[in-house]
Amino acid sequence: MPETTAYEEREIALATGKIKLLAGGTGTPVVILHHSWGSPGWLPFHDELASGHQVVVPDMPGWGGSERPVWAREPRDIAIIIGHLLGALELEAVTLVGLGFGGYVAAELATMNPSRLNALVLVGAAGLQPEEGEILDQMMLSHRKYIEDSFRDADSYTNYIGEEPPEDVRDLWDLSREMTARVAWKPYMFNRRLAPLLGDMRVPTLLVWGEKDKVVPLACAKQFEAAIPNATLTVLDGAGHVVELEEPQQLASLIADFPRS
Amino acid sequence: MFIGHFTERPYQDPNSGYFGATGRSIMDLGMSNSSYDPKLGADLYNRYLDERVFAEEMGFDGLMLNEHHSTPFCMGGVMNLEAAILARITRRAKIVLLGNILPIWDDPLFLAEELAEIDMISRGRLVTGWVRGTGRESVAHNAVPPYNWERFQEAHDFIVKAWTKPGPFRWEGEHYHYRYVNPWSRPYQDPHPPIWIPGVMSRNTVAWAAKHRYPYVMLATELQPTVESFQYYDEVAEQEGFQAGTEHRGYLFKVHVDETEELAEEAGRKFVMGPSNPFLEGNQGIVRPFIQNLPGLTQRNNLLPTMKSFAAAASRGRAGQHIKEQKKEAPPPPPKDVYKDQSDKLSIISGTPDTVIPKVRHVLETIRPGTIFFWDGDGAMSHDDQMRSLRLMGSDVIPAVREMSDELGLKGPFEVDSDGEDTAQSSAKEGEGAQ
Repeated sequence: MPETTAYEEREIALATGKIKLLAGGTGTPVVILHHSWGSPGWLPFHDELASGHQVVVPDMPGWGGSERPVWAREPRDIAIIIGHLLGALELEAVTLVGLGFGGYVAAELATMNPSRLNALVLVGAAGLQPEEGEILDQMMLSHRKYIEDSFRDADSYTNYIGEEPPEDVRDLWDLSREMTARVAWKPYMFNRRLAPLLGDMRVPTLLVWGEKDKVVPLACAKQFEAAIPNATLTVLDGAGHVVELEEPQQLASLIADFPRS
Repeated sequence: MFIGHFTERPYQDPNSGYFGATGRSIMDLGMSNSSYDPKLGADLYNRYLDERVFAEEMGFDGLMLNEHHSTPFCMGGVMNLEAAILARITRRAKIVLLGNILPIWDDPLFLAEELAEIDMISRGRLVTGWVRGTGRESVAHNAVPPYNWERFQEAHDFIVKAWTKPGPFRWEGEHYHYRYVNPWSRPYQDPHPPIWIPGVMSRNTVAWAAKHRYPYVMLATELQPTVESFQYYDEVAEQEGFQAGTEHRGYLFKVHVDETEELAEEAGRKFVMGPSNPFLEGNQGIVRPFIQNLPGLTQRNNLLPTMKSFAAAASRGRAGQHIKEQKKEAPPPPPKDVYKDQSDKLSIISGTPDTVIPKVRHVLETIRPGTIFFWDGDGAMSHDDQMRSLRLMGSDVIPAVREMSDELGLKGPFEVDSDGEDTAQSSAKEGEGAQ
């Protein structure tokens, strides 16, 4: 694992509110959109990517340190703001990585405005109604249970989070859940108006799914693969929903190699 | 004094195994309706309606109904239907709905129409009350919790306008949109039925009620926090330029009267041991805090003094929040004898008229409400338990409470006019003027 890369915390003022982000590394830009439970900070996964890329990790608007757009009602609204953020940062040829709910937002953005995107990476992405199974409903679970189910198993969770999550982590989860409810309460974590738009989306897309993803069924990966013309699916044996935490090196190297020239 | 009667109409089914000491856990939103027996439901709905009719005969001024969803402790999922039936089969008592859960209505025009019909069928006996609902209700009807408070306020504004502004008009709000508001029904009462706001601990709601000069009805909260909440109401009222009176204070509390102290204790114990609201203090349900505290349902730092009571907090599913507020103070251990504990602090008053009346007086002196509701006939109490109590309330308790209310100057909302003046005196004055 590489040394921790120097990274900075920045604030970008958009008309829709302030966006907080972490940025480190140099190279072609990789922008990473976090899960519904918020960005936990600078991760080993980011270090892995920062050795060859400019890595940008925003708190999505309404999450973490970014101001809440009180008018936002669906993930598509969040995606529009993320599009504005890419413009404000003057990023070109971006590899946009979306984790879980962040993948939903990334897919929405890619269908609307792919002009700044070179590649799309959806990791355990929500956004489509599964043809088999259901997306795990965090609103009917305790925070702890939901996050635990995001890992491949209970040991993996404990290894990462500890026996009891510290108070600041619980606060992050708590506030994130409120914003998630504001934009994704119903229908829960999918948009029937997304799937029909994927067919004309030309951005090369890498789909990465943990084989043991208990949050977004593997069926969704296959639906994304079938709907997006230029999509590749990689299933990681033994990984859960939080691939970036459980398999940071593997995920980073998949992203670094994509799209293959 | 306005004296009302209330029961949550529990789904009492000893055969289900959910209730009493029969072993199955009672977890919020954790019970399948595969256990539901509609024939038993038919008996219970009719029993509760019959008891309401008898409560009116015994002299109650109001028959209070409430509404919960997807839960056995309250059969009033469609409370307005019960209200409509009562509108037809009772003659005098007010029908008090505390309350309709506004945020879960996607089409509040339907609610405006239903309530107007009830008001007409009852010839102006409807008292309407509106609530935000618990997490259970938001889940059951899938209303987005972070918009609960916004929807509550907008639905209120919309319904009042639909009742009072001649149609047709258009409504383009934040959460509700209508191109043609012109309901072919209007409330019997002019300008509309009284609106009372029931609640427990939302500071927002108390302030909102005070700003609208609506009576606030505290639901079975402990005495001291109730007093403090009404003090907060009074403060807001003062800021709004009026002096709140007893007519703005309502209080629901558990009162059962019986022929002997032994019978009273037996029935009182059924209150906390049976299928009554398992999420009230001392009852047997298991609360899931993440459902009660859905994201955004209640704003942080917006809690009334009732939150200081851990038991109340835990019973409402707010233990986690409460613990945080108290900086992780250890909660007190649960009492060994829940019934005795609740009796000691007057959370339940059960006894013969001789022992009940002085305790009721203590409550009235402490809180000074102009409206009270006796919450009875709940939990595992049988029809006979309820009927014995209703008889004794009629013969002994209600007359005594009326007398002490006069002595204590506790005027209900129907005894004062909009300026807070005593309507009995003002009509006497009008009478004098006419002569």
